[in-house]
Amino acid sequence: MASQQAWMNNLFTNTGSSSFTEFLRGYAPEMLPGNRDALPAPVGEQIPHATTIVAVTCAGGVVMAGDRRATSGNMISNRDMEKVFRTDEYSCMGIAGTASTGIEMARLYQVELEHYEKLEGRSLSTEGKANRLATFVRQNLGAAMQGLVVVPIFAAYDEKIDGGRIFGYDVGGGPYEHHLYHSIGSGSIFARGSLKKLYRENASPDEVVLTVLQALYDAADDDSATGGPDVTRRIWPVVAVITADGYRRLPEEEVSAAVETILSGRMIDPDGPTAPLR
Amino acid sequence: MPFPYASPEQIMRDRAEYARKGIARGRSVVVVQYADGILLVAPNPSKALHKISEIYDRIGFAAVGRYNEFETLRQAGIRYADVNGYNYNRNDVTARALANVYASQLGMIFTDSIKALEVEIVVAEVGETSDQDQIYRLTFDGSVFDEQGMAVIGGQSDTVATRLKERYRPGAPLADALDAALSALTEPGGERPSAAQLEVAVLDRNREHRKFLRLSGPRLERLITPPPPETPPAPATPEGGPKPPPTAPEGDIDTGSEPPL
Repeated sequence: MASQQAWMNNLFTNTGSSSFTEFLRGYAPEMLPGNRDALPAPVGEQIPHATTIVAVTCAGGVVMAGDRRATSGNMISNRDMEKVFRTDEYSCMGIAGTASTGIEMARLYQVELEHYEKLEGRSLSTEGKANRLATFVRQNLGAAMQGLVVVPIFAAYDEKIDGGRIFGYDVGGGPYEHHLYHSIGSGSIFARGSLKKLYRENASPDEVVLTVLQALYDAADDDSATGGPDVTRRIWPVVAVITADGYRRLPEEEVSAAVETILSGRMIDPDGPTAPLR
Repeated sequence: MPFPYASPEQIMRDRAEYARKGIARGRSVVVVQYADGILLVAPNPSKALHKISEIYDRIGFAAVGRYNEFETLRQAGIRYADVNGYNYNRNDVTARALANVYASQLGMIFTDSIKALEVEIVVAEVGETSDQDQIYRLTFDGSVFDEQGMAVIGGQSDTVATRLKERYRPGAPLADALDAALSALTEPGGERPSAAQLEVAVLDRNREHRKFLRLSGPRLERLITPPPPETPPAPATPEGGPKPPPTAPEGDIDTGSEPPL
């Protein structure tokens, strides 16, 4: 077939392992991220950055939410960017840091999980998935040193414990398992402070959706790189709920109803709900 | 050493004969359209060695013949689909392109190797609507057949296809389509395979993301209806189109000069 690309030559002979990235490395390494020449100068803040993501466990699962803003220095480069990605039926990841590199990583990671599942006929364990993402982050270390930093957050429903699990990373890899909740990105300090006070043990997924939206609101309140709910354009955070029923991204109506609840509360008390003192 | 002369025609015919015999030895696999997508049914007592598999979001794969040979094809297909989907976009992966890749590989092996692959495969893609569904059947020599509504591969495929045509109605619900497939796979008077002896999957166009779903356990048990008491099936669907081409090409083998597609 004249139109066949070069990488198709050994499709049937080079049988390799069940890892998509390993396969691609031998096959078409130019398609892999992180395979670039060293940049002449660090890119710094010239390319867009994605910001705050929060993940919180709930009864029988986990909820992840991300704001929609991408910034380049002091500029808002995107108002409705999506930074929470479904990676398979029972997991998702969010990205903070360089947006383009992060999107690429999420895309590759999604194929990686699915590829393994299709070839092996079973899904990777939750730990296996988290470890695999750590390799991706570590492979990006060289680029990170030049300013293309990506730090993901990974959340999954683990059927062994019938509940949600959350894994964090740093530029060198990871994973670090976080119980209860975790947040990443420039607004993560404020989001975490908020989560610390608003987290309730065994809360239902619906309640936790409010918790994550409150945390994102608090992050946007104090961090200029995190976008709050955009009422005029009706741009709300992306919220994903993962339970035994699988991954579900909340439809616009549901998020909008939850956001309106929060906004009406904040009209009376701009700092949001208060935690009891004792 | 004296080398007896064999004409190219004879060599190809022998290869085709060998492959055809190997494929006819196993049991048939049925791929059939139903209301919400495409149903794939294989009598297969093994829980680990699959004859049916997911290739990509909308694409399924079914095979008969030598396990190691079609397993290699399956893996290559998944790699092909994943690389293309990653390189371009998920909806740029199509069954037609995959069928072409398979066809060129099967054809190349058929002409170049001592032995053809003893496999027959189906690549099926579920579309947004039923008229966008595609079922491609590929034989050991790389011929591609664009099947309408149903395909039977392996075993006594002609007899199974005839039985299937009698029962099959286009646009039937899942349970009816499965019933038709099982009737076709059962010898007249024979006993139907139980759920444990079946490998069943659907490409359901109503599912989100990945359309492929294996049906097993209680879910499958519920779908398998007991065969209805002897009512002659209404053979009132003669408008199903022309008779499907025979499973393995008969007579002259395909030399590539007259592609059947």
